[in-house]
Amino acid sequence: MHTTFPTETHPMTTSISKINFDAVGRRQRFQDAIFHRLTQVFSLLVLLALVGIIISLLINAWPTFQKFGFKFIWYVEWDIINEEFGAAIAIVGTLASAGIAMLFAVPLAFGIAVFLTETCPVWLRRPLGTAIELLAAVPSIIYGMFGLFVFAPLFADYIQMPLRDLMAGMPIIGTLFSGAVNGMGILAAGVVLAFMVLPFVAAVMRDVFEITPSILRESAYGLGCTTWEVVRKIVLPYTQKGVIGGVMLGLGRALGETMAVTFVIGNANRMPTSLFSPGTSIASTLANEFGEAADLHISSLFALGFMLFIITFVVLAFAKMMINRAEKAKGF
Amino acid sequence: MTNNMDLNIYRRRRLANFWGLLTSMLAMAIGLAVLFWILFVLFSNGFASLDWNMFTKDTPAPGTEGGGLRNAIVGSLMIVGLTVLVATPVGILAGIYMAEYGDTSFTANTTRFVTDIMLSAPSIVIGLFVYAIAVATLGTFSGYAGSLALTLIAIPVVMRTTENMLRLVPGSLREAAFALGAPRWKVSLSVTLRAAKNGVITGLLLAVARISGETAPLLFTALNNQFFNSDMGSPMANLPVVIFQYAMSPYDNWIRLAWGGALLVTMAVLLLNIMARIFFRNKEVG
Repeated sequence: MHTTFPTETHPMTTSISKINFDAVGRRQRFQDAIFHRLTQVFSLLVLLALVGIIISLLINAWPTFQKFGFKFIWYVEWDIINEEFGAAIAIVGTLASAGIAMLFAVPLAFGIAVFLTETCPVWLRRPLGTAIELLAAVPSIIYGMFGLFVFAPLFADYIQMPLRDLMAGMPIIGTLFSGAVNGMGILAAGVVLAFMVLPFVAAVMRDVFEITPSILRESAYGLGCTTWEVVRKIVLPYTQKGVIGGVMLGLGRALGETMAVTFVIGNANRMPTSLFSPGTSIASTLANEFGEAADLHISSLFALGFMLFIITFVVLAFAKMMINRAEKAKGF
Repeated sequence: MTNNMDLNIYRRRRLANFWGLLTSMLAMAIGLAVLFWILFVLFSNGFASLDWNMFTKDTPAPGTEGGGLRNAIVGSLMIVGLTVLVATPVGILAGIYMAEYGDTSFTANTTRFVTDIMLSAPSIVIGLFVYAIAVATLGTFSGYAGSLALTLIAIPVVMRTTENMLRLVPGSLREAAFALGAPRWKVSLSVTLRAAKNGVITGLLLAVARISGETAPLLFTALNNQFFNSDMGSPMANLPVVIFQYAMSPYDNWIRLAWGGALLVTMAVLLLNIMARIFFRNKEVG
């Protein structure tokens, strides 16, 4: 036993002096180093996945980008037989349906968050909040089926028809609300998407509203503010960034959603001319066509997927930055 | 005069308050009504089509009567099961790194940021990615590919919740263990992780709930299979894809089965979420 431990100056009991402290220390340092690196490798898997996704999509989309160049982005054509592909139709469908969804979902989510944090009786807050969170967990395919079987027929009879008749005479708005009344189309997809992101955005907004320090809130009440004034002039300015972040998170979800859209958007590769006309989104094009695609078609689908990934990545990164900043402000 | 003006301002503020709160209440009512409407439609259609055959018979051929979802249920369980087996250790170890080592370094911060984004990344793109690296190269759709796609979705969820839960563990617990001379890996695994156990299980349950209903990433990876199959190396039936194909079909029998499957998936997801909540509440009490 070659211990460097100075046993002469430190008289010890035999049992302890027999332990080889160096060896134990060395072994533990070794184990720790292994543990450190192992966990690090696993955490880097996520970065690896991100890089892998971008590279593999780019490689597979390369033939399309080579043939069409940047024109692919604004080329209004999706002709499978003549192999002419452009992303414009799908991009317009994606942006329009997600935009409509946010138009409906954001005010409703704001109202729900205000209700849950300010007006709701305390004993109801938890159950209602839980209900909203549970509904955010319902799989999106359920929203799609609901849209197709229940919502679309009602939407055609009670919303599309009256809207078309009402707007028919007007110059620009009239064309926006013209077309076949069958419950499918961009507007219907947007509304179903709104149902889907509503609980998600509402839950994020409620969490953000709760960041507001109660001192601020109570001071405002002490000055005689009404509840509405507290919301508008204290809570909203204080949580501004978080609210924007929550909305952007919802937008990111809506842009990339497949199932809730595919069932009701109508799946037509034509440029939509009105809110009622059938269209297609990037995700729904992928879901519908990828199975039987080949050659340049499959490469163009990869190109669409690549663009969807970039768009959502930018939106989500912006959302995350806003939310991070809002949470930093919490410390005050 | 002044008095009158004050009264006017007061009235206006009261009115604004009234309308503001009324609309917020209306928003809540509309939101809840729509969402419960969806659940009601799901439950009434789902229970109407639920029967024993659903669990004992396989998916029927187009246009035929009868049949069930046995192959899809088994396929879903196997795919999700394998995903849990892989994503649990990877996600937890990665979460440990983020909580114990990843405080300041640039890579750790970047990883955290990217993980948060991957939480909401479009799942269909993950499906495309797995198609490119696993299906196209091996030449066959397979249950393994489906499981890989779901694993990529589950890992960020497990990772982030594990990290958040570990950060809630008081530092004094760590220091006490260090003072006893415990090496870092032992402190992480048998002190901090054990203290955060309930929270980590919550994260796992939420991850399972999240992937159970995912349809898009399975479309081009696990594909579908009309027959019973327990070999994960070949195309495999699974509930979400069966629901998608059957709901879009023109056959009444298929649509009936789609509603039944949708009910099963939603019940599983909601049950997992409720279990996760119960676990987390236990932690708050104990």
